[in-house]
This record gives sequence, C-alpha cells and structure tokens, in this order.
Amino acid sequence: MSNRPADTHVEATADRGLSARRLGFCRAGRPVFGDIDLAVGPGELLQVTGANGSGKTSLLRVLSGLLEPAAGELRWRARPVRAGESGYLQSLAYVGHTDGIDPDLSAAQNLAFAMRIAGATPSRVRVDHALDSYGMARTMSVPVRRLSLGQRRRVALARLALVPRLLWLLDEPLTALDEQAGDAFQAQLDAHLRAGGMAVVATHRALPAGGRFLHLGG
Amino acid sequence: MPALFAAIVLHDVSLAWRRRGSILSSLLFFVIASSLFPLAIGPDPQQLRALAPGILWVAALLASMLSLARLFAQEHADGSLDQLLLSPHPLALLVLAKICAHWVTSGLPLLLLTPLLAQQYGLPVSSALLLSASLLIGTPVLSLIGGVGAALTLGLRGGAVLLCVLVLPLCVPVLIFGAGAGAAADAGLDAMPQLSLLGACLALSLFLCPIATAAGLRISME
Amino acid sequence: MNDLADALQSDRATATGTARRWLAFASARRFDPLAGRLAPWFFAAALLLLAAGLYVGFRVAPTDAQQGEVYRIIFIHVPAAWMSMFIYLVMAGYSALALVFHTRLSSMMASALAPTGALFTVIALASGALWGQPTWGTWWVWDARLTSELILLFLYLGYMALEAAIDEPRRAERACALLALVGSLNVPVIYFSVQWWNTLHQGASVSFTTAPSMAATMLAGMLLMTLASWMYTIAVALVRVRCILRERGVLAPTDGSRSGSWAG
Repeated sequence: MSNRPADTHVEATADRGLSARRLGFCRAGRPVFGDIDLAVGPGELLQVTGANGSGKTSLLRVLSGLLEPAAGELRWRARPVRAGESGYLQSLAYVGHTDGIDPDLSAAQNLAFAMRIAGATPSRVRVDHALDSYGMARTMSVPVRRLSLGQRRRVALARLALVPRLLWLLDEPLTALDEQAGDAFQAQLDAHLRAGGMAVVATHRALPAGGRFLHLGG
Repeated sequence: MPALFAAIVLHDVSLAWRRRGSILSSLLFFVIASSLFPLAIGPDPQQLRALAPGILWVAALLASMLSLARLFAQEHADGSLDQLLLSPHPLALLVLAKICAHWVTSGLPLLLLTPLLAQQYGLPVSSALLLSASLLIGTPVLSLIGGVGAALTLGLRGGAVLLCVLVLPLCVPVLIFGAGAGAAADAGLDAMPQLSLLGACLALSLFLCPIATAAGLRISME
Repeated sequence: MNDLADALQSDRATATGTARRWLAFASARRFDPLAGRLAPWFFAAALLLLAAGLYVGFRVAPTDAQQGEVYRIIFIHVPAAWMSMFIYLVMAGYSALALVFHTRLSSMMASALAPTGALFTVIALASGALWGQPTWGTWWVWDARLTSELILLFLYLGYMALEAAIDEPRRAERACALLALVGSLNVPVIYFSVQWWNTLHQGASVSFTTAPSMAATMLAGMLLMTLASWMYTIAVALVRVRCILRERGVLAPTDGSRSGSWAG
C-alpha cells in the first residue's frame, strides 16, 4: 500500500509542487489508506490506480483539502497546507467523479458561474472556446439535464480550460467519455503538463500520457 | 465582491425559479396551515383576531423550516458544493449569498401573502401590515439560523425533520418578538421595542450565522 | 486532560497538525485508566452528599409558613435546574476546545455529558410539575424558568438526535460540537426572550421565583444537593466517555491496556 519514490526525487520536487508524507485517512474507524508518500513537480503526472474501494477518491479529496487526513502531512511548495487556505485553493482545480454542474442550467451558464466561483470574471469567449474544444459547441445552450452522461463529463472537464491552475486533481476523468472526447482530454492534459502544470489523476486504465504510478490497495 | 454576491443571488434565484414547484409547495403549505386553525378553533371573530399574529408567525416559521432543507441539497447531490468549498472566495460570503437568495424565494413571498391571509382572521389592514413588517425583519433571521441547521444535516436521512428539531428551539426568540410585535400592533400598543429586538437578532445572526454555516459545511463534507 | 508531554515524546510530532491529532489519542490512552480509577470515588461522594442533602432538606430545614411541606421539592427542583444549565455550558466549553484544537476527547466528553444534562432537565421539569400541582392546582405553568428549561430540553434532545443521525463518528463529533456552541450562544437570548414574554403576558403572579425566604439551612440543603448532582455528573460522564472511546474505535474494546490503531 505504500509507495516510496527515491528520497532525492521527493526533496527535489518538494519545494516546487505538491508533496505528501505518510498520508493516511480513515472512515468510520476503518483505515481507507495509510502511509502514502507522494510528490508531484511541475510538468509531472501522477496516476493513482487501484481497485474499487481502495481509496482513490478519498485520496484526491484529501489532497484537495476537502477532507482532513487522519495522519501525515501535505505540503504545497514546501509549506504545510491548511484546509481552506486561499493560496493553495488558487493553485488547484478539482474535478470529482460527480460532474459538479447543475442540471437545470445550460453548459455555458454552468461554466460562466464556475469561472465566477473560481475567482475570475466570466468570459464568454473562454467558455465558448473551452466547450468547443470538447465538441460541445452546438449543445452549449441546452439544459444539462438533457445531455447524456458523456456530454456532462465533457462539460465538467471543459471547466479545466477556463481558469489556469497549476495543480489538477482529477477523479476518473475518462468515465463515460467516448474516444473523441478522450482524445480531447489527453490533448488538454498534455498541453497542461508541457506548460509546467502538474496533475494527479485517479484512473482505472492507464493514461497514455505516462508519468509515475501510485497503486492503492493491497 | 458585491458583483460576486449579486451574481450568486441571481444565479440561485433563477435556479429556484426553474424549480418553482418546490417554492410554490412551501407557500401552499403556509396558506393551508394558516387556514386550518380557524377550522380547528372555531369561527369566533374576537378569538381569531387575538390569535392571528401568533398563528401566522408559527405557520411562517414552519414553512420556512420545510423549505430550508433544499438550501444545499441540490449542490450536494450534483457535486457543485465541492466547487464552492474550493473557491478562493471566503465561504462565509458565498453562504450568505445563498441564504439571501433562499430568503428571496421563501421568506419574501410569505410576508407578501400575510396581509391577504390576515383577512381570514379579521385582522385590520394596519395591524396586518405591521405583522408583515415583523416578518420582514424576522424571516431573514429564520433563514440564517436555518442555514446552520441545513449545513449540519446535509445528506442525512430524515434530514428535513431533523433540521426542524435542531433549529426550531433556536428560533424561539424570533417567534416571541415577532408575534409580540403583531399582537402589540393589534392592541394599539407600540410595537417598536419588539421590532428593534428583532433588528438586533438580525444584526447578530447576519454576523455569526454565515461563519457557523460555513464551518458546518466543511464539517459535513467529511 | 491533554497530555503535552506525551505528544512531545511521540515520534510522529513532525508538523503541528500531526502533533495535535496525536494529542488526542495519546491523552485518551492516558485518560482512560485514570477515568476508570476516579469514577467510583465520584459515585461515592455523590451518594454521601445526596444523603446529607436529603437529610438537611427533608429533616433539618424548617417547614415553610405559606407552602407547608410541599416546598421541600425545591431541594430537587433548583439543583436540577442549575445543573442542567451548568452542564450545557460545560458541553459548550468542551465543544469550543474540540473545534479549535481538533481534539476528539473534548467532543467525546461533551457527548458523554449530554444525556445527563437532559436527565436533569427532565427532573427539573417533573419536579416543577409536582410542585405546581398541590400549590397552584395545575400540572404545568408557563413560568419563565420552566419554559426555559423546556427549550433547554429540546436543545439537549436535538444534540442527541444529531449525534444519532450521523454515521461517521468524526463528523458526528464536530457537527454536535458546532451545534452545542451555536446553542450556547443562543441560550442567553432564549432566556431573555422568555423572561420578557412571561412578564409581558402574565405579570409575576404565578412564579417559582417567589420562593420562600432562604433560611441558612435551606441554602445549605440546596448546595449539598447541587454538589451531589455535580459529583454524580462527573462520575457518569467518566464512565460514559470510556464507553464512547471504545465505541468509536479509539481504544480496543478489551481493557485499555492494548493500544488502539491511529485510525480513530
């Protein structure tokens, strides 16, 4: 269950990115995962794999600060992360396995509101561009409840293109996506990594983008 | 900051309008509940007039409680609550905007309906208007206190009833001052003491409740 | 109760966040046997003080001129009412500690106190009814204090209901802590509003505040009963918190000699 990369690597990337030492989380008294070490630096991708129930979602939520770890510490740029700390929140983007979009609004309205919540002024141009990159140009004004699961997933991922964030925490991004959308996502992820961003992605199947792997579960 | 506040209020109000079924249900509850009492008590006009402020306040309180369960429910279900918690803006401010929007869609219609319903009780218009004024100051406090309860009971089974059980005792002061204002107005006495006490409750809860609700949301997300 | 020395010796005290979490568990392991040893002493003290208090209240204190023997119920009613308020304040204090310092033991102490607080509220209400019936002919009187006690009972029951409704222990502890804190801030407002409501509508005609003038023995009797209740509360809370520690997996169900896992 533990993954200990070479300590030199951990030291090198620690002060430029995300690092965690002996991270543990439990739910209802039972440990979900424990003793996790990880480090992600600029331009790096960490893929988190594991069976259902191995704690991938919980790990991502702990990394995003939504959950408090039971043990261990989390550091962003060599400083410990406090839950709800504005500096850390402005550096991360989180897409959970629920889409985070309201079914009664249209895709464009959802993304405009998401930009506002994320601390930016809504820009029609950026919203249109983000949805277009996922092939949603024609359906952007349709209420989300009329879209298919795959289309909703595209909208959720399109959110990543709206406000530039250094760290992406993605929970099963490829769920329900067809090949075309999957390729669009890969392209987006590659561009993000090349620009110096970093990503931690929980996934069932390995992404072609490579990177390092962290396997949860015994 | 004000632009963000206004945007969130507008966003929530337009969402609530799209789901106007549930708003209308709680309004209908208010109307039906306040119409039940004369049927139960009897048509004696003096008795009804004396009881009117209290009954209307209790009905408004219960209607507000029932509608509070939906304050965070949809966001919690579709995952957008996560995005609110991850926003770099202060959560207390976002929460205050949501509660404000909730009041616009639940408290405001109640107090607009009250003069109409007061006619069932033979309450003269001037008293009914003052009763509405007490609701104007009091129902936001109910929404604010209820917001804390809604945050704590997020996603729990038996949520709406549990919310009522938790929040109703905390709303007793508002009920006392609000109904007292209505009764005083009808008796021809000065209602200003009650109204200013209500105002004090509003000021205090405006300051404390959003912070408590934000803390409650973080606790409930674990 | 939070043993700083233990935490400093702990090998995981790297970041302050981790140290604080270990503060809770370390002190739980220290606290549990201590609680087990102390509880019987508090029970014994409670019994002794109860005997003394009842003796003073029912034998030594003189008969009241106006109310006869019935007034003696004040020796149960008033200490119960005081304790119900006091326990809520203590719960709020523990809740504040729990929220600020993230210590689980504090919120567990608050949980342990809640049922006892509710019990005292019920005793206060019941004894109030028993006093009211012979004295004024009604089982219930909307006196300011009784009404406040009733609302306090609702607050206690709400706390316990919330605790029961949440499965995840950590969430339950922190949610209840927040509720207790919000409730405690509200209690003065509730008390003031009920007082105001009472004087406005009824005047001070029928009231428990028109108590018989306090002879020294009466005061002594009430103080003894209050102390007895206090000792009882501490004893019961200590026993209950040991059960809670095991229920929530902080300690193993067997005797606290074997240390529990860090997964609380």
